[in-house]
Amino acid sequence: MKVHVPRDSAAKALGADQVASAFAKLDGVEVIRNSSRGMVWLEPFVEFDTPNGRAGYGPVTAKDVQSIFKSHSSNAKHKLSVGLVEDLEWLKKQERLTFARAGITDPLSLSDYIAHGGFEGLKTALKKSGAEIVKQVSDSGLRGRGGAAFPTGIKWKTVLDTAADQKYVCCNADEGDSGTFADRMVMEGDPFMLIEGMTIAGIATGATKGFVYIRSEYPDAVAVMKEAIAIAVNANWLGPNIQGTDKSFSLVVRTGAGAYICGEETAMLDSLEGKRGMVRFKPPLPAIEGLFGKPTVINNVLSFAAVPFILAKGGEAYKNYGLGRSRGTLPFQLAGNIKQGGLVEKAFGITLRELVEGFGGGTASGRRVRAMQVGGPLGAYVPASDLDLAMDYEAFAAKGAMVGHGGIVVFDDTVDMAEQARFAMEFCAIESCGKCTPCRIGAVRGIEVVDRIADGDASALPILADLCNTMKFGSLCALGGFTPYPVMSALTHFPDDFSRAKEAAE
Amino acid sequence: MSEANQTAAAAAIAARHGNRPDELLEILHELQEELGCVAEAALPVIAKALNLSRAEVHGVVTFYHDFRREPAGRHVIKICAAESCQSMKGRELLASAEKILKVKAGGTTVDGKVTLEKVYCLGLCACSPAMLVDNRPVGRVDAKTFKSAVAELA
Repeated sequence: MKVHVPRDSAAKALGADQVASAFAKLDGVEVIRNSSRGMVWLEPFVEFDTPNGRAGYGPVTAKDVQSIFKSHSSNAKHKLSVGLVEDLEWLKKQERLTFARAGITDPLSLSDYIAHGGFEGLKTALKKSGAEIVKQVSDSGLRGRGGAAFPTGIKWKTVLDTAADQKYVCCNADEGDSGTFADRMVMEGDPFMLIEGMTIAGIATGATKGFVYIRSEYPDAVAVMKEAIAIAVNANWLGPNIQGTDKSFSLVVRTGAGAYICGEETAMLDSLEGKRGMVRFKPPLPAIEGLFGKPTVINNVLSFAAVPFILAKGGEAYKNYGLGRSRGTLPFQLAGNIKQGGLVEKAFGITLRELVEGFGGGTASGRRVRAMQVGGPLGAYVPASDLDLAMDYEAFAAKGAMVGHGGIVVFDDTVDMAEQARFAMEFCAIESCGKCTPCRIGAVRGIEVVDRIADGDASALPILADLCNTMKFGSLCALGGFTPYPVMSALTHFPDDFSRAKEAAE
Repeated sequence: MSEANQTAAAAAIAARHGNRPDELLEILHELQEELGCVAEAALPVIAKALNLSRAEVHGVVTFYHDFRREPAGRHVIKICAAESCQSMKGRELLASAEKILKVKAGGTTVDGKVTLEKVYCLGLCACSPAMLVDNRPVGRVDAKTFKSAVAELA
């Protein structure tokens, strides 16, 4: 009997290893460590193969293993049974293009990957010219999934059109934003998809060398990616003359060292060159002068991961999802104080309410939702009154917020928003690379000003607004430039929290 | 480890990476793995091998939060202090952890057993608050589970 127990870090964090070893001790059981479905609230989520499909159980602890095995073998109903996985509403309502294989395959099984549509995109790309591939990506309307939402096709075209003796493809896997974990799930759960996407980018632009820059806080992702690359090289999906063609592409994993700023693309380039992760001035654009001064494609994990589908099914098929200028799907990540946290891949246009109350089931604490931080530590705090906002780059921008990487951190009504605003400044001060003054000094002054306001000094309010304005327009990159968003949104939507400290003192 | 051993280890690791300056981070990671920290004595050796100035190497070592100048305790616990974990009483967890271990974040217990560190995001945001115990992820941590995780450590 085959039992699937996820090897994803979130599943492990909730005891999947113990569950897997308990199953392995049983006679006649073969344990497969699959990827995670992304239903973190049901992890460790155990699945059995049945003639009708996979039958699921969760959340399972090692203590439940005996009884689950017994009742599953005798077709009895177990209290942790959720029935057939394919019938689960939570999954059925999603539109999984990038996460199509999540939970289904063994991440390091090349045959699983190929059996579930893997390398179809690369096979198509190998038959096309660079310009044809870039056109497919442009037609898809794909915009950078790392947060900045720059059209991927334009970026690739710039690299393609820039002549050079060497070009590079760099994957920004420095997923440091709190509330995001989709990159980690791709790397741990479907690493060949990222390899395929990056290889397509290399073939499209004429780059023969690639780097995956993974943060050190993701030890499992680093290990899985390294192993997957070795497997792909062995099977000639990477390396010289891929699958007997004249196309070559090699890939190396580089591990970060705990600096949030290295998620900024030019700081990442400096880090990849072995230097301090200092932000570079733009221009020159990395697409023209990037890694080691050569033309470089830099994309986020999710952007590369979307590419195999686009090449396999065509740019139009991808474009049919979404609305306005936000095309395709985004893997949203439900995090923080949420009852049913996890990964929800949906086309753009879904509302926050459908995500947080529908998929998420409200808060974990059972209290009222008060605020949601969308798009990481540099994203605005959205009040519960804006729950009907649609997830769309432009709709969010119009509200002074950002979709970013699709991470949603939910807070209940116990949150102190002045404390959250202070933290945003504190985080910026800790993580600033120090190159530009508005970020380096501004963040430190920002902490002090927030403290003054919390102490009841109303004269500090215009100073904070002015400081945020300086940071927003005077910073070199998004760290200093976007820290004002969480700060000012907290102040605008939750002004009472900023006078609370004063009242308490009186 | 003696200073001579540290410099020998540094030279060997740099050589394994072809003395390439772009592999400096990888070299420092390996050095820390082997020596327990980025020892001061190793820096001039690496600088020379990579044809960099000592200042450049020092600049890199001090820029990144991961690199430590003194060896850590026998175990390292990294507690997430970012927003998602904050929304699930992460601040309280860190305070309890500091109280249980009788050490502030960044410090090592007197018996040298545990180094407690504060990190920003482990990507375990759907099961906050989270921590890494010697690179093993643990989710939905509270003071009680933290205490038993520490007790399990040798």
